[in-house]
Amino acid sequence: MSEKIKFTIDDKECFAEKGQNVLDAATDNGIFIPALCHIRGVKPAGACRLCNVKIAGRLMTACTTPVESGMEIENDIPEIQDLRLAIIEMLFVEGNHFCPACEKSGNCELQALAYRYQMMVPRFPYEFPVKEIDASCPKLIIDHNRCILCKRCIRSFKDENGKNIFAFKKRGHKLQINIDEKLSANLSDEMAQKAMDICPVGAIIHKGKGFDEPIGTRKYDKVPIGSDIESVV
Amino acid sequence: MTKKITIEPVTRVEGHGKVTIYLDDNGNVVQSRLHIVEFRGFERFVQGRPYWEAPVLVQRLCGICPVSHHLAAAKAMDVIVGAGTGDGLTLTGEKMRRLMHYGQIFQSHVLHFFHLASPDLLFGIDADPAIRNIIGVAMKFKDIAVQGVMMRKFGQEIIEVTAGKKIHGTGAIPGGINKNLSIEERDRFLYGPDPMNVDKMISWSLDAVNFFKDYHKKHRELIDTFAAFPSNHLSLVRKDGAMDLYDGVIRAIDTDGKKILHDVDPQDYLKYIAEEVKNWSYMKFPYLVEYGKKDGWYRVGPLARLNTADFIPSPLAQKEFEEFKAYTNGKPNNMSMHMHWARLIETLHAAEMMKELLNDPDLQKDDLVIKGTRVNEGVGMLEAPRGTLFHHYRVNENDQITMANLIVSTTNNNEPMNIAVRCVADSMISGQKEITEGMLNAVEVAIRAYDPCLSCATHALGKMPLEVSLYDSKNNLIDKKRT
Repeated sequence: MSEKIKFTIDDKECFAEKGQNVLDAATDNGIFIPALCHIRGVKPAGACRLCNVKIAGRLMTACTTPVESGMEIENDIPEIQDLRLAIIEMLFVEGNHFCPACEKSGNCELQALAYRYQMMVPRFPYEFPVKEIDASCPKLIIDHNRCILCKRCIRSFKDENGKNIFAFKKRGHKLQINIDEKLSANLSDEMAQKAMDICPVGAIIHKGKGFDEPIGTRKYDKVPIGSDIESVV
Repeated sequence: MTKKITIEPVTRVEGHGKVTIYLDDNGNVVQSRLHIVEFRGFERFVQGRPYWEAPVLVQRLCGICPVSHHLAAAKAMDVIVGAGTGDGLTLTGEKMRRLMHYGQIFQSHVLHFFHLASPDLLFGIDADPAIRNIIGVAMKFKDIAVQGVMMRKFGQEIIEVTAGKKIHGTGAIPGGINKNLSIEERDRFLYGPDPMNVDKMISWSLDAVNFFKDYHKKHRELIDTFAAFPSNHLSLVRKDGAMDLYDGVIRAIDTDGKKILHDVDPQDYLKYIAEEVKNWSYMKFPYLVEYGKKDGWYRVGPLARLNTADFIPSPLAQKEFEEFKAYTNGKPNNMSMHMHWARLIETLHAAEMMKELLNDPDLQKDDLVIKGTRVNEGVGMLEAPRGTLFHHYRVNENDQITMANLIVSTTNNNEPMNIAVRCVADSMISGQKEITEGMLNAVEVAIRAYDPCLSCATHALGKMPLEVSLYDSKNNLIDKKRT
């Protein structure tokens, strides 16, 4: 049996397995720390920066920081909450996120976080970048307008033969997700849906399935994001 | 010296428009125009988007009748996914959509009559603008105002249970619908507490028709002669000639009732209908190709639909239809103000159809979507509250929209509205020494009869924000007055 260690989040006493990252440990203790790039069980990337918490006065990404005995973590404090809201706002202004016509609306983690953090008008000017849609794959559409470059698809999705079909291409501000044309041509509907579900936003779309889930039954229609974690303990 | 009168914005219509009227030295009207001054661009920015987004994206054209665009786009996508047209869908798919549509017709017609048009009828065209509005109606005719609000609420709630939201839902998807109607949802409308049940809605709709008929008796000259002019009429009708607001074939008649478009397939609309562009308005001018730009324009909407249909397939509305037809001895009705009468008969029809559909057990079945062989082009047409609505899309092999052409109801009524403005300008403004606010409101009343949806809703309450500008013959502004 692995060793349990004791730490606190906002003065609440918590317990974790040794070696766990702060994000997973918080989740196990019923505390929600937002993240758009993290998938439990997949090596953390620290890409989205939303899970920033304050440890010993320093900002640290909870997904990449191993929890230590006696660690005192600040999570639900105004400074962190505003930082997270600023990051959400930046993600909105850097892309073209038009929720009204997006089929991921109601299931979108970025949208759900914007609601949770009560985003009104972003403090940054909209960039309205010119982005493309790659619809050449028979089962998937990659809508670069909505991609937040979280790398979830690159890090966690493999096709039926265990091969990666997503990768980055280009560099700097032109960086974008690329889909392997040959490998993706053979994706099953089930795998295409899985790829769509991994994406936290509406950048990966399973073709021909749009809007088949009625309003009222979507993931975040009734409860805010994170409430499943908070209701456990 | 030429005098130019500008009415900007036109109030109590949906969207932004303005009217200009030019007078000669003797005060006679030499030119009048209804300008649509906003530009939307939906046909362009839908290009490149996946085809299944169209019904959800394009409905954002409007906040008053988004369901019309939602369903017209979904019907076009039915063709593209191989589900075919009209009765190609599953029974549940088609009937849920019809229920959504009749809820939409009901709430939109009610909105127009009670909120936008009734102030002119209840207080008079030249009444003080401070009371000639919905607040004035609510203060003086409380029962009518409450009826209007409750009827609209009923229609909006029908939309909510079929589309998922009262405004901008997602219910209609290519090939069908994404939900059925639960027994609980159904019973709310069939057996809801007074007044929120469908029987009360039918009863109130009948009251509204009778209200108009009474008003007509007392103001026959106004209703029969105001902005009356001959025209062609166009609408969808069911294949057997019945009024059908959701699906059918295109029929047009001339001013004498002769068929000039013989029940043609909507998929072929481009063979019969073209659009002219004029440099002073963002709204195009559609016309029947065979009759040309000069003679081929037509009216759409409630008046046109009652003129083109042979009968209405619901008993109470049919009885009213017969009385309506008898008033013109079976000939087409060309009186603009009778648009209100026709609209209220349709409101009654929509209420009856909602009841029929709510009692239909097909709405509780689970067979929601059907698909067949994918094709690259589709046309979706229906009768929106304001008239015939055309949606036409082309899609590439990657499922992206490459072309969209929308002819919205108000566009079809562009020429008729301009003619209505001219009629009123000629009869009420020409040769007058003084131009009063009441005269200018008369111009708006003529436009309002068509219930134009110039885009999203915008309503000015209270004092009419009317600006009148006087220009000399060299187009120099010599006087400006804001009431």
